[in-house]
Formats: sequence, C-alpha cells, structure tokens
Amino acid sequence: MQVPITKRDYSLVGRETKLAEERGLANAEWYSCKISRQRLKELMQRRDGPAIRDTLLWFGLLILSGTLGYRMWGTWWAVPCFIVYGVIYSSSSDSRWHESGHRTAFKTDWMNDVLYEIASFMVFRESVPWRWSHTRHHTDTIIVGRDPEIAVPRPPDLLGIALSFFSLNKAPKEFSKMLRHCFGRLTPAEETYIPDEERHKVYRNARIYILIYATVITWAIAIRSIVPLMYVGLPTFYGSWLMVVFGLTQHAGLAEDVLDHRLNCRTVYMNPIFRYLYWEMNYHVEHHMFPMVPYHALGKLHQELKADMPRPYNGLWEAYREIIPVTLRQVKEPTYFVRRQLPANVKPVPSLEPA
Amino acid sequence: MNENWIEVCNTGDIERADVMRFDYDGRTFAIYRTDEDTYFATDGLCTHAQVHLAGGFVMDHIIECPKHNGRFDFTTGKAKGAPACVDLKTHRVKVEAGKVFLHPE
Repeated sequence: MQVPITKRDYSLVGRETKLAEERGLANAEWYSCKISRQRLKELMQRRDGPAIRDTLLWFGLLILSGTLGYRMWGTWWAVPCFIVYGVIYSSSSDSRWHESGHRTAFKTDWMNDVLYEIASFMVFRESVPWRWSHTRHHTDTIIVGRDPEIAVPRPPDLLGIALSFFSLNKAPKEFSKMLRHCFGRLTPAEETYIPDEERHKVYRNARIYILIYATVITWAIAIRSIVPLMYVGLPTFYGSWLMVVFGLTQHAGLAEDVLDHRLNCRTVYMNPIFRYLYWEMNYHVEHHMFPMVPYHALGKLHQELKADMPRPYNGLWEAYREIIPVTLRQVKEPTYFVRRQLPANVKPVPSLEPA
Repeated sequence: MNENWIEVCNTGDIERADVMRFDYDGRTFAIYRTDEDTYFATDGLCTHAQVHLAGGFVMDHIIECPKHNGRFDFTTGKAKGAPACVDLKTHRVKVEAGKVFLHPE
C-alpha cells in the first residue's frame, strides 16, 4: 500500500496557523546561547565606516560592470560584464536589503533607510510588505502557518526551486502583488502581519515601483532595444541565481516547528568574496539569535557562541552535500529533516517535530 | 506623593548607556541610564511584540528591541519606525541618596 504524502498547510491563514498558536509556537520564547551582557554590548555597537566602505565598493562595482557592459554591447565581452552586474544588482542586493532592514548596517539611521529602499527595489521586493514579512520570519522562524519566508516547504517543489534560480516563479508572484497593492489591496496573508497604519505606504510604494518599470519599458520600446531593461528589470531574472545559492543554505532541510535557531538555521563558513557579497549572512544561526549584532561583528559573535552551537558547515559544498539529498528525500518523505547535532554537553530545546 | 515612589536599585547597578528590567506589582518596566548619567523609565515590553526591552541595546536616547530591532526614544516613549509603531508609556524617575526611584503612571 502506498503511504500518502503528508502536505502541510504553509499559508498564514490556514489550519496550521491555528495549530501553531494552540501549541504555543507563535510569538514564543526562543533558546538563546549564554553571552555576557558586556560582551554583547560590545558586539552590538553600530558603526558607519564598514558599511560606507562596502556600499561605495558595491555601487562602484555596479557602475563599472554596467558601463563596461554598455561599451561591450554587441560583443561576447558584454556577457561577463552583465553576469557581474546582475549578481551585484539582484543577488547581493538581498543581503543589503536584509542588513539595512534590520537597521544594523550603519549607525546613522537615514543611511539604513536609503539603502533599504534602493536594495528593496533592486531585489524586487516591495520595501514595506517585506519589512513586515521579515519581522514575522524573525518572530516565528520556520514555524509552519506563521512564517511567510519558508523557502522550501515540504514536500519540496523541485521545479519551483529550479525556476527560482532565475526568479521565474517568484517575480511574477511579486509583480502580481505589486499590482494588487497599486489598487489599494493586500493579500490575506499580508493582512495578518502588516498593521493598518503602514498600509498606505505599501500602496504608495507599489505605485512608484510600477511607474519606474513602466518608464523603463517605455524607454526600451521607444529606442527598440532591450538595453535599458538589462539594467532595470531583467537583472531580476538573469542575476538572482547567487542569492538562491546563498539563501537556500539558511534553513532548507532543517527542522520545522522548533524554538531553537541552532536546529533550524545553518552557519556556513564562506570565503571573503562570498562573505562580502552576502554581508556575513552565512553566520545565520548567530544572526537569528542576536539580530541586533551588525554584520561586521557576526564573525566575532560566532567565536563567542560556537561552543554552544552545532558544528558549522565548512563551505557551500559541504552545505549542499547535505541539502540536495535531503531535499530529494523530502519529495517522497516530507516528514524527514536534518537533525542538527548539538555539542555533547548541551541539551536541545524540545522539538515539536514528529520523532 | 512619596508613597508612590518605588525604590528600584542603587545608581551603580545600571551601567551607563544601558537598561535594566524592573518588575513591580505585576508590571514590568525598563529603567535606563544614559551616557550623561541621567535615568529614565518606560514600560518594559516592546509595543510591537511584547518582548522585554531590557535585553535590548541603548544608543544615545534610543532603545532597540532585541527581537525585531524596533526603536523607541526612551526619554519620550516615541516609536521611531517600523516595526515599532505604537509609542511606549514613560514613567517618572528620580535619584536620591544614591538610589533610583520609579513613579509608575
């Protein structure tokens, strides 16, 4: 007899939402590693210098690759230029969006807000809904029925994952939401996490986004060239792949419905170039446990906490050697997940996953 | 009047640019000491997700919530932007004879 595949309800307004609330998983208290208040205060200190340096370099790379791409247009040399431009524009904007959204990138607040708005546009995420979505993600990380940012629901949609490398599934959905917002409406899920007083900003920003895209499309049509769209619009499709490569390592294949970030997040060691592009988000357990610590101090925080953490992954290769087989297995066995091994002397917070 | 002032702690119990949790009569408060050595008090829980602000980070006159980075000006209680949208209630504080006193509103 064939065992039926258990499909959970990942919506934020379904039966799993009610279940999560009944089981005490919503707005719950999470495990936190011990660290002295003094040391945490040192690590939480905000600075403008690192993010100004990194952001100037980031825009410099964007302008350089974009200019070279324009000059080389019509030759094969344009391809590597736009590969770099696309990755900077659409992949590494994810980490800039993320860090400035937490307001930890810069010490000066307006700098965080400016970078957040620019990076949101580049990564094709509406700034206001996604700020609230990410807030919920931190409240209820990988709690089914509560977290709107579960990248790989079980059983995994392999075609969806493949399409996500080129944003072919996500971009149309985002665009559809943007149009909806233009007309002053939210989705039922968004209504659960975007407060009333923020909704007018959602509608206003969606109209600005649509106006910008309409202008670029009109320009491209007027000059009968896709060149303008290579800079705004198309990077979402040809440049998002590295964001997915990095992003899937965060939670894919790990436990759902646990109140311990050590069991549902991955910390992956990366080389300096990747850490620059990803703005240290590879220290993902640490970030979720202490979101007030800015990106440039996450490596130090990792050193403080690692005795109480599962072993980190030694690079993307090691992470994907786990993620790929687990994801494939979950297609047929959706209740299967990776049980992270905590240090021998550390007791995990009880899991509510099936044994 | 005096009976409404509650002793919280010694002045040295809170470091400069830091915050301490204080529970009294079923309520929870956050007591702040600034870099300039002045004291303030607000309700203890973030108005966004009811997280204890005492675990948060003090920057000048701002308290940042440890869970979602919501920010408030703790001298006025003013919420400083999403996800903190609702202001915090503030309470009077005084220092006498090396002790910090709170007047819950």
